[in-house]
Amino acid sequence: MNEREAARAHGAVRGHAEAHGAHEGAHVVPTSTYLKVGLVLAVITAVEFGIVYVPALKPVLIPLLLILSAAKFVLVAGFFMHLKFDRWVLAGFFAAGLILALGTYLGLGAIFAHRGG
Amino acid sequence: MAVLEQPRQVGLLRRPTSLTGFWSWVTTVDHKRIGILYFWTAFFFLLVGGIEALVMRLQLAHPDLELVTGDRFNELVTMHGTTMIFLAVMPLSSAFFNYMLPLLIGARDVAFPRLNALSYWLYLFGGILLNVSWLFGGAPNAGWFGYAPLTSSVYNLGRGIDFWIQGLQLLGVSSLISAINFIVTIFNMRAPGMSLMRMPVFVWNQLATSFLLLFSLPAVTVALIMLMFDRYFGANFFNAAKGGDAILWQHLFWVFGHPEVYIIILPAMGIVSEVLPTFSRKPLFGYSAVVFSTALIAFLAFGVWSHHMFTVGQGPVVNTVFALTTMTIAIPTGVKIFNWLATLWGGSIRFTTALLYSLGFLSMFTIGGLSGVMHSAAASNLQQHDTYFVVAHFHYVLIGGALFGLFAGIYYWFPKMFGRMLDERLGKWGFWVMLIGFNVTFFPFHFLGLLGMPRRIYTYPAELGLARWNLVSTIGAFILSVGILIFLVNVWKSLRYGEKAGPDPWDGRTLEWSIPSPPPVYNFRRIPYVHTRDPHWARKYPHLAQAEEPPPAATAADSEAEHGIHLPSPSYMPILLALAITVGAFGGVFRNVPLVALGVVGTIVSVYLWSVEGEGGIVVEPEGDA
Amino acid sequence: MAEHHGTGGHALQGPARGPGAAQALAVGHPQGAGHHAHSEVGVTGIDNRKLGMWLFLASECMFFGAFIVAYIAYQGKSLSGPTPEELLNIPLTSLSTFVLLMSSLAMVLAVQAAQQDRQADARKWLLATALLGLGFLSFQAYEYTHFIHAGLTLSVNLFGTTFYTLTGLHGLHVTIGVGWLLALFLRSLKVGLGRAQALSLELAGLYWHFVDVVWIVIFTLVYLMSVLG
Ligand code: HEM
Ligand SMILES: [Cu+2]
Repeated sequence: MNEREAARAHGAVRGHAEAHGAHEGAHVVPTSTYLKVGLVLAVITAVEFGIVYVPALKPVLIPLLLILSAAKFVLVAGFFMHLKFDRWVLAGFFAAGLILALGTYLGLGAIFAHRGG
Repeated sequence: MAVLEQPRQVGLLRRPTSLTGFWSWVTTVDHKRIGILYFWTAFFFLLVGGIEALVMRLQLAHPDLELVTGDRFNELVTMHGTTMIFLAVMPLSSAFFNYMLPLLIGARDVAFPRLNALSYWLYLFGGILLNVSWLFGGAPNAGWFGYAPLTSSVYNLGRGIDFWIQGLQLLGVSSLISAINFIVTIFNMRAPGMSLMRMPVFVWNQLATSFLLLFSLPAVTVALIMLMFDRYFGANFFNAAKGGDAILWQHLFWVFGHPEVYIIILPAMGIVSEVLPTFSRKPLFGYSAVVFSTALIAFLAFGVWSHHMFTVGQGPVVNTVFALTTMTIAIPTGVKIFNWLATLWGGSIRFTTALLYSLGFLSMFTIGGLSGVMHSAAASNLQQHDTYFVVAHFHYVLIGGALFGLFAGIYYWFPKMFGRMLDERLGKWGFWVMLIGFNVTFFPFHFLGLLGMPRRIYTYPAELGLARWNLVSTIGAFILSVGILIFLVNVWKSLRYGEKAGPDPWDGRTLEWSIPSPPPVYNFRRIPYVHTRDPHWARKYPHLAQAEEPPPAATAADSEAEHGIHLPSPSYMPILLALAITVGAFGGVFRNVPLVALGVVGTIVSVYLWSVEGEGGIVVEPEGDA
Repeated sequence: MAEHHGTGGHALQGPARGPGAAQALAVGHPQGAGHHAHSEVGVTGIDNRKLGMWLFLASECMFFGAFIVAYIAYQGKSLSGPTPEELLNIPLTSLSTFVLLMSSLAMVLAVQAAQQDRQADARKWLLATALLGLGFLSFQAYEYTHFIHAGLTLSVNLFGTTFYTLTGLHGLHVTIGVGWLLALFLRSLKVGLGRAQALSLELAGLYWHFVDVVWIVIFTLVYLMSVLG
C-alpha cells in the first residue's frame, strides 16, 4: 500500500478526508473583499463616533454600541483572521476561549456588583 | 544508534551534538528525557514539601509548643501548599504527560520539542526562585491562595510575597506553554488511524487538563499582575483606602483555583483508567461515558469558583447557584467511579502494586469527594469553612486522590521509563504503610475540624481538647513518611539491581508496551497503524479484540525505517531563554532595574536566536528490528 | 504555502514529526530560505504553529477579560478625581482606533501578498502595518502624557489604576507586535518574504489582528461608553 492509500484509509477512519493535501491556505480571498471589510470597519467606527453625541440615542446607546463593536469584532476575526475560511477547529478553539471568558467574567462582574462593593 | 546526519554548524547558532552526559540533558528536546527531568525534580520538591509538613505536624503535636514561631509557621504553611501543588503534584503529572503522550498516540515527539524543554526549565527555575526566598529574608507567608490584603505592602513588608508573585508567574508561563504544546500534539500528531475516540483515556484526561490550564491560568496571571502593581507601583486594585476591594482577588484567584483542583486530579484519573483495565484484563468499562464525563467535569469546573467564597456574604441567590453547580460535578465524577468499579467487575484481577494504588485512589478519593459534597452545601459550609475539616477534605483528594493515582502511575510506568521493574513486595509494603499512615494522619482532621480547630493556626491551648487527635495525626504523618521512604528504597534498589523489564511486563494494552523499555530516542521504529482502542492488546490477542477493520499491510512511514528517522536537534535556546526570564523575575523581586533590563534584553535576544535557529533536525538510523 | 511534503501529507504527518529531510538539511542555513519553507500540517490539516497560536489567543481572551471586568467593576467607585468623563478624549481615540484598524487591513494584505509570492508588495504592506502600529502607540503616548499632567496617575484613584493597567497591557501587546513585525521585515531583507515565509507572517498577523480585536472592545467599553457617565 502506498502513501496515498494509507492516507485515504486514515481519512476514512477520521471521518474527514483530506488525503489530497488540502490545507488552510487553499481558499483564496480576493483583495477587494479585504478592502471592503476595511471600509466597513472604518465606517462603523465613524458611526460609533457620531452616535455617542446624539442625545436622542442615549437610552439605546449601550445595546447599539455593543452591536456595532461586536460587528467589528466578527469582521476582523472572520475575514482578517480567516476564521470564516479556515477549518472549524480554529474557530472552535477561539469560541471556547471567548465564551468561557464572557460567561466567567459576566458572572464575576454581576456577583461583584451585587455585593455592592 | 547511529546518527546519519547532523546539522551544519554555523557560528553563534552551533547546535549541541552530545548524545550523552551532562550537556545532552541540558540541551535535550526529547520528550522522554524531559519527562524524566520532570519526574526527579517533582519528586525532590515532594520531599521538600513533605519535610515542611512534618515540621508543622511536630509543632502541632502538642498544645502550646514553640518549636517554630507563628511567623515561621505561616511561611511553612504557605510554602508547603504552594510547593505541593505547583512544584510536586502538577509536575509529577507533567512527567507522565511528557513521557507518555507521544508513546500513547504513536508519535515521535511532541509538537514543539524546544518549547517543551522551555517549560521544564521555567518550572525548575520557578521552583528554585520560590525556595530561595527562605535565604533572602523570609518565605511567602500569606497562604497558598495569598488572600488580599494579607499580601499588601502595608501588611506584608518582607520580600516573601514578591518571590511568590514572580515564582508563580514563571510557573504559570511554563504550564501555559505545556498546555498549548500538548493540545497541539494531541490534535495533530496521532498515529494514522488513531481517531479521537480511540485515544487512551489517559490522553483524554491530559487533553482536558491542558484545556483547563489554558483557560484558567490567565485569571491568576492577571491577579498576580494586579498584586504586583499594587505592591510595586502603588496601584489600588486591593487597596480599601482608595476604594479597592479585596474580594476581587478572591474571585480571580478562584476562577483559576477551582479548575486547578481538576488540573491536579484529572491526570490521576487518567492513570487509573489505564491501570485498572490492564490489571483486570478487560477494556475500560464505558469508554465513551468516561470520556464525556471527563469533558463535562472540565467544563463545569469553570462554573463553580464561588463555592470557595460562601462565607464572604455573596447573598443567598449566588450561594445557592454555586452550591447547585458544585453538586452537579458530583454526577460525572460518580459516573467515572462506577465505570472504574465496573471495569474491575468480572475481570481476572492481578493485585500488583499499581493496582493497589489505584484501588487506594478509588476509595480515598471517594471519601474526599464526599466531604467535598458536604462543603458544597452552602449552609453547612459556614460551619466547615477554614477549619481542619477542609484540610481533611483536600488532603483526601490531593494525597488519597492525586498522589495515590500518581503512585499507581509510577509503579505502572517506571519499568517503561527506566527499563527495570520495581520490587513488588517492597511496593506492597510501601502501599499499605502509606495507606495506613495517610488515614491516621488525616482522618482525625475531620474530628478536629468539627471540634472547631481553625486551619493555619500554629498552636492551640490545652483546654480546647484538641491535643489527642493532633498527636495521633502527627504520629500518622511519620508513618506516612516511612511509606515514602520504603518507596525511595525501592527505587534505589530497582535502579541498581532491578530485574530488567522487557517491552511488555504487564501484558499491557496500549502502544507504549509495543516498544522496548526504555524506548529508543525515536520511540517507534515504524509508526503504528491504529485500528482499534487498546491497539497493542488487539495485536496480541486478535480473537479477544473487536478490531473494526483490518490493519493495512504497511504504513506510509515504512520508508523512514529504511532511510533514517528525522528527529529535532537538541538546542541551547530553551535553557537560555528560561534563564533570561528568570533573571528578569529575580530582578523583579529585588526591584533591581538593571537586572530586570538584563532579563528583558536577554529574553529578546534568546527569542530572536531561537527563531533564527529553527527546529533543526538530525537523522538517525534505527537499530535492531524492535 | 505549497510546500507540504508530498500529497499524502498527513498520513506521514504527525508521527513523522512533520519535518522531513528538507528541514533537517535546512539547519545550518539559518539565513537560508529553507527552514521556513516546510510546514507541519498535522492530522487536523492545520500547521502545528498555527494551531498553537490560536490556542494562545483563545487563552488571551481570559487574560484581557479579567482586566476589562476589573475596569468595569470599579467604574464609578473612585473616591476622588479625575474621572473618565473629564479626561477621555473620544475624537482622538476614534482616530487612533481607525489607525489600528487600518493596520489590520495592511497586515492582511501583506499576508495575502506573501502567499501569492508578491514579495515587494508583502514587504511594503508589512512595513505599513508596523508604522501604523507605531502611530497607534504615539497616540497612546500622547494620551498618557496628557492624563498624567491632568493628575491621573496609577495610584491616584481606581480609575487610574484600572485604566492604565488595561490600556497599558494592551499597549504592551501592540509594542511586542510592532517588534515582531519589524523583526520579520528586517529578516525579509535577507531571506525574502514570499510563499516560504507566508506562514510566519500569517502567525504574526493573527496576533496582530487579535490585538486589534481587543482594542475594538476596549474602545467601546472604556471610551465610547464613558459618555454615559
Ligand atoms: C506528607 C503528607 C502531608 C502532610 C503531613 C500534610 C500536612 C499539612 C498540614 C499540617 C497543613 C496545614 C494545615 C493548616 O495549618 O491549615 C497542610 C496544608 C496544606 N497542604 Fe498538606 N500535607 C501533606 C501533603 C500534602 C500534599 C501531597 C498536598 C498537595 C498535593 C498538600 C496540600 C496542602 C495544601 C494546599 C495546604 C493548604 C496550605 C494553606 O493553607 O495555604 N499537602 N498540610
Ligand atoms: Cu473549588
